[in-house]
Amino acid sequence: MRFILRQREIVADEWTYLGEVLAADAPLIVSLAELRAEPRWRARPGRLGVRIPPTARVEELLEELPRLELIAVEFPSPGDGRGYSQGRLLRERCRFRGELRAVGAGVKQDQVFLLSRCGFDAIELAPGEDLEAARRALSRYSVAYQPGAAGVALAAQRFPTT
Amino acid sequence: MYRYDQLDQAFVEERVAEFRDQTRRHLAGELPEEEFRPLRLRNGLYLQRHAPMLRIAIPYGLLSSAQLRKLADIARRYDRGFGHFTTRQNLQLNWPTLADVPDILAELATVQMHAIQTSGNCVRNVTADHLAGIAPDEVDDPRPYCEIVRQWATLHPEFTYLPRKFKIAISGSPEDRAATEVHDIGLHLRRDATGTVGFAVRVGGGLGRAPVIGSLIREWLPLAELLGYLEAILRVYNREGRRDNIHKARIKVLVRSLGAERFREAVEAEWLAGRAHVPRLTPAEVERMRAFFRPQPYEALADLDVTAGREARFAAWYRYNTRPHRMSGYRAVFVSLKAHGTNPGDATSAQMEAIAALAERVSFGLVRVTHSQNLLLADVAQRELHALWHELERHGLAMPNIGTLTDLIACPGLDFCSLANAGTLGVARDIQRRFDDLDYLYDLGNIEIKMSGCMNACGHHHVGHIGILGVDKHGEEWYQISLGGSANGFTALAEVIGPSVPRHEVAATIARLVEVYRRLRTEEERFIDTVRRVGLGPFREAAYALHPQAA
Repeated sequence: MRFILRQREIVADEWTYLGEVLAADAPLIVSLAELRAEPRWRARPGRLGVRIPPTARVEELLEELPRLELIAVEFPSPGDGRGYSQGRLLRERCRFRGELRAVGAGVKQDQVFLLSRCGFDAIELAPGEDLEAARRALSRYSVAYQPGAAGVALAAQRFPTT
Repeated sequence: MYRYDQLDQAFVEERVAEFRDQTRRHLAGELPEEEFRPLRLRNGLYLQRHAPMLRIAIPYGLLSSAQLRKLADIARRYDRGFGHFTTRQNLQLNWPTLADVPDILAELATVQMHAIQTSGNCVRNVTADHLAGIAPDEVDDPRPYCEIVRQWATLHPEFTYLPRKFKIAISGSPEDRAATEVHDIGLHLRRDATGTVGFAVRVGGGLGRAPVIGSLIREWLPLAELLGYLEAILRVYNREGRRDNIHKARIKVLVRSLGAERFREAVEAEWLAGRAHVPRLTPAEVERMRAFFRPQPYEALADLDVTAGREARFAAWYRYNTRPHRMSGYRAVFVSLKAHGTNPGDATSAQMEAIAALAERVSFGLVRVTHSQNLLLADVAQRELHALWHELERHGLAMPNIGTLTDLIACPGLDFCSLANAGTLGVARDIQRRFDDLDYLYDLGNIEIKMSGCMNACGHHHVGHIGILGVDKHGEEWYQISLGGSANGFTALAEVIGPSVPRHEVAATIARLVEVYRRLRTEEERFIDTVRRVGLGPFREAAYALHPQAA
């Protein structure tokens, strides 16, 4: 059983990645390449999610969004910041309202505050990372200068959005 | 100057707590070096040749006396009693220990300072003209906008893990004293016909391995759009910039590969598409920031004949180390950190304390760090100058050489930096010894020497009238010399004159180059003007005429 952070709580992950043991209608996450190659994933009953690489142009996902309940954004290393832009764009420009999950070797406790501010409401830590420490790290800062995702409660914030 | 409010203070204190925990985890073996590294870099901490190096942020180079005293105190207690001021207006300590750094940062936070984002692949300290607010030619004071950009860039949720470091400079005067054209983003303040303030925006300038002058992508950006437009540039860069090769990861490479026009189109499209979600700069917020940088409560004073009847040495100091002020009866005073026999940009704790006291006495308690690695007391009444000169002399801070050949810029080089190929500080001493005759220096006039110990160009050698670059040849230090660079108003990149020369030949080669200038100059020409007029030919010939060992 995999545990993740969702909405700031530690929960069991009901989603399954392609290749993991899978019930017929279990919530399923496929890669973007799989999703595009195989129409059957879209036709399958049950909830569907997609895992996108840092190179994916999220604007090109617009047509798929109504079918998707989850987007897992891949962070291959802590230093690769492309996923932060993907997250914000999915929330702000594509108006994606499903679960936005950060996943990959780059997802560590020292990244989770920024991730949550970019609209990620689910954090799947890299293997071996301390989930409880990551949960606490969501509250490392009580203030911020920039506007950010509504899910992060701040005591003070400087520049409002338009 | 800017004063922290509760938000700023809470932020730096939470940042210290975060770094204390990260350092603890690292020292306990829970956080391996490769994961700790990007975190410590974003708090200014390098692991260097001899010890860690801590780079403390001095936003746009502005310090209060209390802050300078704290820096002196930290340098004395946690280091060896001195610090090094950099071309990007920061302060580097070379000998702190890793375990002490959280305490140092906590002490900095008590005087509204930090070391956040002075390193790492993120937006770095925003720099500005050291004469901001007092220059007679100024369009508008850049510092309120620098502070706005500093805050916007601080722990930006989207742009903290960029492909590479990112430097922004803002200039408020037609004469660009902030080298904005060689920054990742250079903002140049302008006023339109109605007096409204806006920015010209340049992107993709930089030094390093492949020096390039930034491309003008917008002639006029309204002030209210500043943060939205910066976000658009950063977003295009964050998504499209190369991450596969550290040497091709700066935004200048992206601008070049797309072409300035396509890059501009991408930014404009992103800007228009993202406008609903960018941080907004309200007029009230701009006014709040501007209020921190109002002119000082100057007295109504007339200009004095300051040097009449005074010592020749004082007159020389006045001429070289002070600058006009927009208020009559005042001057801006350089505190020279270029005394011969010292390392360029270094100040001892005792000197820092003396300067802090002098600033309180004669310059409204404020000190500025200049791009040229000196300090500046910006608002000194002319009647105070003679006494101030005596005090600065007493502390070894009145070397009357500002703007001359020995006011040279140098990175710390091999003595401290793990990247360097060459002992720049030793070469600086050679040059100081060779050009120790002030009358000769004055005859040579304005010459800017800029020296870097490696290709990373921290000493900005590409934009020196004379550039010196340390290179490694089979384990030996050699130096490549270039001519014709400039970062002031008319930005130009220097051209290498020929083969590099061994360490012991550098000062002699420079001596031959300046002799060519003395021979060929016309009455009013500065060194750089002669180089531009006659080209490199005569200089090249003279440089290599006498030392066949160059290779």
